[in-house]
Amino acid sequence: MNADPNTQPSYVSPLLGASTTFVAIVLLSAFLAPWISPYGVGGLEERILLESPSWAHWMGTDGLGRDLLTRVLYGARVSMTVGLGTALIALVIGTAYGLIAGFKGGNWDHFMMRVVDIFYGLPDMLIFILLSLVFGRNIGGLLVALGLVTWVRFARVARGQVLQAKEFLFVESATALGASRRRILLLHILPNIVGPIIVTLTFSIPSAILAESTLSFIGIGINDPYSSWGTSWGTLAQDGYRAMRSYPHVIAFPAAAIFFTILSFNTLGNGLRDILDPKQR
Amino acid sequence: MIPLLLKRLLHGIIVLWIVATLTFLLLRVAPGGPFDSDRKLPPEVIANLEAKYHLDEPVWQQYFRYLVGIAQGDFGPSYKYLDRGVTQIIADTLPTSALLGALAVLFALLISFPTGLLAAYYRNSIIDRLCMLLATLGISLPNFILGALLIWAIALKLGWLYAARWDQWTSAILPMITLGAAPAAYLAALLRSTLIDTFAEDFVRTARAKGLKESTVIVKHALCHSLIPVLTVMGPLVAALLTGSFVVEFVFAIPGMGRFFITAVTDRDYPLIMGVTLVYTAILVSANFLVDVLYSYVDPRIRTH
Repeated sequence: MNADPNTQPSYVSPLLGASTTFVAIVLLSAFLAPWISPYGVGGLEERILLESPSWAHWMGTDGLGRDLLTRVLYGARVSMTVGLGTALIALVIGTAYGLIAGFKGGNWDHFMMRVVDIFYGLPDMLIFILLSLVFGRNIGGLLVALGLVTWVRFARVARGQVLQAKEFLFVESATALGASRRRILLLHILPNIVGPIIVTLTFSIPSAILAESTLSFIGIGINDPYSSWGTSWGTLAQDGYRAMRSYPHVIAFPAAAIFFTILSFNTLGNGLRDILDPKQR
Repeated sequence: MIPLLLKRLLHGIIVLWIVATLTFLLLRVAPGGPFDSDRKLPPEVIANLEAKYHLDEPVWQQYFRYLVGIAQGDFGPSYKYLDRGVTQIIADTLPTSALLGALAVLFALLISFPTGLLAAYYRNSIIDRLCMLLATLGISLPNFILGALLIWAIALKLGWLYAARWDQWTSAILPMITLGAAPAAYLAALLRSTLIDTFAEDFVRTARAKGLKESTVIVKHALCHSLIPVLTVMGPLVAALLTGSFVVEFVFAIPGMGRFFITAVTDRDYPLIMGVTLVYTAILVSANFLVDVLYSYVDPRIRTH
């Protein structure tokens, strides 16, 4: 958003390391959940319902006597799949769309960006809820719906970057040398717009995680509360919300997981933006 | 300027029409209907229900009926609430949501302007860092978590306010903070970076050089100039408030439009879903339109384009 190095808040860099570490931890638990946790995800211990955090259960147990740490670790799978999956879907659709619009220019560009404007003007959470009614309340449907809402961000960034890159001298000279349009687009323009795209990618991961956990919290997200594969942190927080008065730990840990994951990705995005912004070099 | 506004108005109407059509089509292809239940209904009952709600007509006829209804302000009957139509439900619940939204905007402006100004004026100081740390945290904190946290701390532990009530003015305090916090944080960060750029501009230096009071320089010269970027994000901000409102209404059990929307989604009450979606879109479109008007008022250069 702003490129002047003097205006960048200087607290960003020390947080950057911590954020990268936290993202790595979340990714690791998403991949390694079954090996990290000593308890099975479905394991019920009926005698220790809603137990406070202890050495045996670091995050305590939930209303059915399940180890909360295990559930939070497995929940990372849902968040990471939704976050990364949405970002990738939106990246492919949006970047291709923006590249074509920017490269074709003229009326094509005008029409294509009008479509993006209209998408941009829609309340995305609502569109997303409508789409999830059609595609079903499972991870696949959620990915499609979130991807369809998020792609416009990439389209805007990619198109803006292409318009800038078209003015570069090396693009002009490639055109003058008779390079094909396809070659110019893929070999000369695409590599030069990667930076801002990566930044957009990093920022769309936390928005997808936020959207998914919010929907799950209010009960219209992924409809699978007893999944053996992993339950959304939003659903876990919702479970804890009902027991909050007497057992705050049940909501505290999933909520912290959501908050720190979003915070880490946002910090990472800010850091990447500072590093990759060409105007700063 | 007038042609530009007309163009914008037309654009808004087209958006509304697209959303109306899109929701209509999406909900036609969505699996499962409102009359699916565990108990199998006799075919005659289903036929009667479909006749009552005109579901037996061809799709294009239903679509036409629906569009004509919207144009007349009639969103049709609700599938779940037999005593009142969708228009009535919206009329009953919209004021509550609007009040909450307006309070949240007010809260966001009241918090963000002093914070952003303070941070920019004393930039890189400890005040600046503290303000911006708070802003970073505020941007990343989902409103349902903030809401739960406030309920736990203020209502349950301290007992200062009630959590799930909507009957006196104090009931609005916690929802207002929950809904307004993220926009406040976002605006503060934006205002800070804009103001820092503005403070470095020549006209600010000139204003100082001619011996104006520091407060005049800040308010009349710097702050007014920084309003433009703030205006541009007001559109997306209103959108964030709209979607935020149904989360907050859910968390605090406020009888607003958002809570009805969530219930409508779980009930598959299609007319209610379509109606609320359209009202939300209309609010968003009007907000964007208003921003355009204000924008051309604040920045004279835009009027000529």
